[in-house]
Amino acid sequence: MDDSAVIESRPEVIDGLRRLLPARALLVAAEDTRPYECDGLTLIRQRPMAVALPETEAQVVAILKLCHAHQVPVVPRGAGTGLAGSALPHAGGVLLSLAKFNRILGVDRRGRTATVQPGVRNLAISEAAAPFGLYYAPDPSSQIACTIGGNVAENSGGVHCLKYGLTLHNVLRVRGYTSAGEPVEFGSLAPDAAGLDLLALVIGSEGMLALTTEVTVRLVPRPTVARCLMASFADVGDAGDAVAALIAAGIIPAGLEMMDQAATRLVEPFAKAGYDLEAAAVLLCESDGTVDEVEAEIAHMSQVLRDARATRLQVSTSEAERLTFWAGRKNAFPAAGRAAPAYYCTDGTIPRKHIGQMLKSIQAMEQRFGLACPNVFHAGDGNLHPLVLFDDSDPDSVARAEAFGAEILEESVRLGGTVTGEHGVGVEKLNQMCSQFDRATLDAFLGVKRAFDPAGTLNPGKVIPSLHRCAEYGRQRVTGGAVSFPDLPRF
Amino acid sequence: MHDILRTFAERVQAAAAARTPLCLRAGGTKDFYGNTPRGEILDPRVWSGIEDYEPSELVMTVRAGTPLAEVEATLAAQDQMLAFEPPHFGAGATLGGCVAAGIAGPRRASSGYTYGSLRDFVLGTRLLDGHGRLLRCGGTVMKNVAGYDVSRVLAGSLGVLGLIVDVSIKVLPRPRAEATLQFECDEPTALDRLNDWGGEPLPLSASAWQDGCLRLRLSGSEAGVRSAVLRLGGERLPEAVAQAYWQDVREQSLPFFAGNTPLWRIAVPSTAEPLALEGAMQVEWGGGQRWLRSDLPAADIRARAQALGGHATLFRGGDRGQGVFTPLSPALHAIHQRLKAEFDPAGVFNPGRLIRDL
Ligand SMILES: Cc1cc2nc3c(=O)[nH]c(=O)nc-3n(C[C@H](O)[C@H](O)[C@H](O)COP(=O)(O)OP(=O)(O)OC[C@H]3O[C@@H](n4cnc5c(N)ncnc54)[C@H](O)[C@@H]3O)c2cc1C
Repeated sequence: MDDSAVIESRPEVIDGLRRLLPARALLVAAEDTRPYECDGLTLIRQRPMAVALPETEAQVVAILKLCHAHQVPVVPRGAGTGLAGSALPHAGGVLLSLAKFNRILGVDRRGRTATVQPGVRNLAISEAAAPFGLYYAPDPSSQIACTIGGNVAENSGGVHCLKYGLTLHNVLRVRGYTSAGEPVEFGSLAPDAAGLDLLALVIGSEGMLALTTEVTVRLVPRPTVARCLMASFADVGDAGDAVAALIAAGIIPAGLEMMDQAATRLVEPFAKAGYDLEAAAVLLCESDGTVDEVEAEIAHMSQVLRDARATRLQVSTSEAERLTFWAGRKNAFPAAGRAAPAYYCTDGTIPRKHIGQMLKSIQAMEQRFGLACPNVFHAGDGNLHPLVLFDDSDPDSVARAEAFGAEILEESVRLGGTVTGEHGVGVEKLNQMCSQFDRATLDAFLGVKRAFDPAGTLNPGKVIPSLHRCAEYGRQRVTGGAVSFPDLPRF
Repeated sequence: MHDILRTFAERVQAAAAARTPLCLRAGGTKDFYGNTPRGEILDPRVWSGIEDYEPSELVMTVRAGTPLAEVEATLAAQDQMLAFEPPHFGAGATLGGCVAAGIAGPRRASSGYTYGSLRDFVLGTRLLDGHGRLLRCGGTVMKNVAGYDVSRVLAGSLGVLGLIVDVSIKVLPRPRAEATLQFECDEPTALDRLNDWGGEPLPLSASAWQDGCLRLRLSGSEAGVRSAVLRLGGERLPEAVAQAYWQDVREQSLPFFAGNTPLWRIAVPSTAEPLALEGAMQVEWGGGQRWLRSDLPAADIRARAQALGGHATLFRGGDRGQGVFTPLSPALHAIHQRLKAEFDPAGVFNPGRLIRDL
């Protein structure tokens, strides 16, 4: 589907939806659909033709079939916390919210699984499993709000992914429907379901391959104890080297996060975590397991960090203190939201060895674009989250922020990394997909899309840039040096 | 494109034009697995070698024709390993074949890192598809959600989508300490214990029950393994005996696997009750994988597996003409057909190997 087309509202589709859904489950008026015009990527907005909030699976199927028959795009939506515009509505499409599918269908203590509807919040799963000493490991910072359906679509990560894996590693089974409304089930409670591992394709497919209506996740036993080490460094390069040194020493920390000085200074007033504000960078390094195990590992980590030129080390002595150490990191985004009128978070991932170099490049870009950019990130995974602070009421500031973000992504690709580690491509990173992948691979992705959704009605226009778009982007990059965004049509 | 890869691509394009099937085969150690191979052999072993390995990045990028033994020796020299402990099933195993077969060994059931299937560790691949295109999917970094995760689908694909050219694989440090405990118990008790212990924070890294004997391997830090040994009791096996035992489980060289009786692999939820089918049994992966030696009709075995929420594969031997894997639902089958048509429209790669009509 051409992503620049604007399709007229179609009364026969609206009428069809009215027949399928109770009045409370269908929004058509502009003032009602406006809350859905963007996800967490607020820079880009588009109202849909209608918003459907089905309450039963039968209604979901009927909506899919109706839209399929009329060739109307359907965009699934969970909590709308996505940061890449993956849930951006389609002008002529139906936004399908799974918000009402919010029931936990069962927690199997012995089997260590939970089966839930897609609108269940990430944290709610761990809360339901807590009485059994179990939890759901992937913990995005947005976990109080984001849904498991969204997590599956984005293959979301969190601060404990280095050791415990991403959504992909913790989801056993996804049940749902194709764009034509046909029931499908990917994966199973038994290991290694028959056929190709389509579950691995569906996870991270940004709602483009199938609509999820039920998810079974793996639960893991809560470790007896966890302790967090906070290490200061006088130079961001040293902090980057320390990350590599830990891994080289055979340690896989339960969490390994970094904040640069701008980030610690940003969050400290709110989080009161006791961060070392004089340090160029602070590493948070967590160990979990049995009491003896953690004690031994913390000693080992401390030694490695000291050898890697840490200037100060502090170990949490209580659970409360451990949570305080994390509070700042987990609240970095809201803190950025308070520090500036708006912030723009990108998500490049690079080989760990380039962390120091990348932070220095970003410092140079701050000068060039005239915008501040504190950095928080999943250092153990090499996953950056630069927070470009800007003023969203000033078009020039917006343009500079977008160009800044794009430049970081290009640099990530240059360093052998990827434009997105966990937030997804959505519409935000379509251009940089042209840099990361050659045309043959992008065409193969289009082939995958066709295989699941031959009619192309499920969340079309996301993730895979068209040939035309890449040509356009290539031309701009050649002529402009740095990309100039204001005149670039996004749709 | 490198000359060797160009030769492969020309070979594929010629096969596609002539509609002659190609059989992707390196060491041939897994010829027994899947539906019967057919087609002209394309041997990727000329494309061999480790392209990149930096221990502190936890990633190794390997050409498909590289011997698995070379990969593992290189990792071992840095105190690292392939965490899915893949079986070789013979000296000629290559990394490409290992990934295409998608088979993990005893460490699959690790609770320490909570995951352990082969596909969990695939970060990126280059694939030569049926159009002769060299696709580069995924990458070499730990987290990457750019584009669809085609690389992981290649794990266990048995070559039906194309020739895997290179694989970037996540590796892990070798555990500092291991211990193997042995308990006398019957199958229901073993399954009970495995599921109970699976819910506790214990560093379990393998389990196997057979003939009234449950063996558990623990892997992790010295302190973690020591406290788990105290917690679990049982009889501790000498380390050399333990290592030889797990090697035998991994390579299927225990007496249980000898002889010509068909070998079935039955995958079930770990809590599934005993199969109670006629034949010898071995339980692995915390209860999730059950091996069965049995001459029972395939339909009976499949029906039982399905009733327990799982699926059955005729792993070795038996009548392979009816297809060795559990048939797919019509909706999934249709997606498989369309995927195959996108990647390999002329149907040259390993026809029928994974799914009989593809
Ligand atoms: C403050 C903040 C912190 C964050 N921290 C992290 C973090 O640490 N790690 C991380 O990975 N992400 C993080 N995110 C990003 C975001 O929370 C995740 O991407 C999350 O998974 C999105 O879930 P959602 O329910 O909000 O989905 P939405 O934003 O509503 O949708 C996301 C995608 O999922 C699709 N989708 C939703 N439901 C379904 C369904 N049932 N079937 C098919 N497709 C569906 C949508 O079409 C869309 O493509 C953060 C976001 C914010 C705002």
